Amino acid sequence: MSIASDQDPTATDVDQPALRVGHHTLGSRLIVGTGRYDTMEQMRDSLQASGADCVTVAVRREKLYERGGQNILDFIDLDRYTLLPNTAGCYTAADAIRAAKLGREILRTLGNPGSDWVKLEVLGDSKTLLPDPAETVTACRELTAEGFQVLCYTSDCPVTAQRLKQAGAASVMPAGSPIGSGQGLLNPNNLRIILEYLKEDDPDYPVIIDAGVGTASDVSQAFELGGDAVLLNTAIAHARDPVRMATAMRHAAIAGRNAFLAGRIPKRLYGTASSPSEGVISTRPYGSQASS
Amino acid sequence: MITITVNGKAVEIEGEMSVERLLDTVEVPPNYLAVELNSDVVPREDYSAVTVHAGDEVEVVTLVGGG
Repeated sequence: MSIASDQDPTATDVDQPALRVGHHTLGSRLIVGTGRYDTMEQMRDSLQASGADCVTVAVRREKLYERGGQNILDFIDLDRYTLLPNTAGCYTAADAIRAAKLGREILRTLGNPGSDWVKLEVLGDSKTLLPDPAETVTACRELTAEGFQVLCYTSDCPVTAQRLKQAGAASVMPAGSPIGSGQGLLNPNNLRIILEYLKEDDPDYPVIIDAGVGTASDVSQAFELGGDAVLLNTAIAHARDPVRMATAMRHAAIAGRNAFLAGRIPKRLYGTASSPSEGVISTRPYGSQASS
Repeated sequence: MITITVNGKAVEIEGEMSVERLLDTVEVPPNYLAVELNSDVVPREDYSAVTVHAGDEVEVVTLVGGG
């Protein structure tokens, strides 16, 4: 089943300037991963349903002498999607830099505009998949010097986020929770602090919430906090119905972004009536307390 | 015959040859690949000019699904 984004009358995007990340302009504020799908066809249909125009891919050794499998590039429309190569699975700055350069070379030969950027991910722990901050900062600095626009996966630590911006990151991408965990945004306060710090005197600096999304409300929450975009993969790929979840994520992004732009009301301890207090058909004074 | 390392595995090839000829053993389109020789990327335009020697370490990578 395929739900085409352009056939859905509710899929109106938010009236706002497009998101700029480095030299790139994104129409959709969802960036989706391409891993963990049951089939390439399911991935292709889910990408379409998500409405994303940027998708991330990993760099891996080619199985040269035992081929016969499908190549993912046969299922991604390179005229439609900007690829974002990532360094997923790297544990040192040196390996991440190698992966970034190899990804750039593939995209260059494909003629895809994504050849000048990279999602930098340098892991520090295989169980939590939390990033190694020191290696990430080192790799970010070197890749920026090599001309890459670096989108940096990091934890929700505000200090590390500042270090990465100082190291030249085109975007800092704090995790909501561990990669693939589906726990949502575990520390919204830290994300708020990151957004405040990185956007201070630089309101257009893009902060992308990356990793940990479990369901649509997590995406909306990320945008309501002020995140500029959300990057997710497993929440779609491992949903019971990935195409439908991709559709939900697209709507959640639009809803959350609109809610952020519209401005939520402050939370109050007591109720405030929506209906006028004048003219109520009652013998009881409108503002009286239940106990009186 | 000489021995090189390709993607971490020892491989015997006839002798010194260009990267282009080495890649003739691969079925995937060359624009789906990137090649690294001793940790440096070999641009595709240089495949015919760059020679693989005994003991060299070659990485041949492609793009796969990931997040």
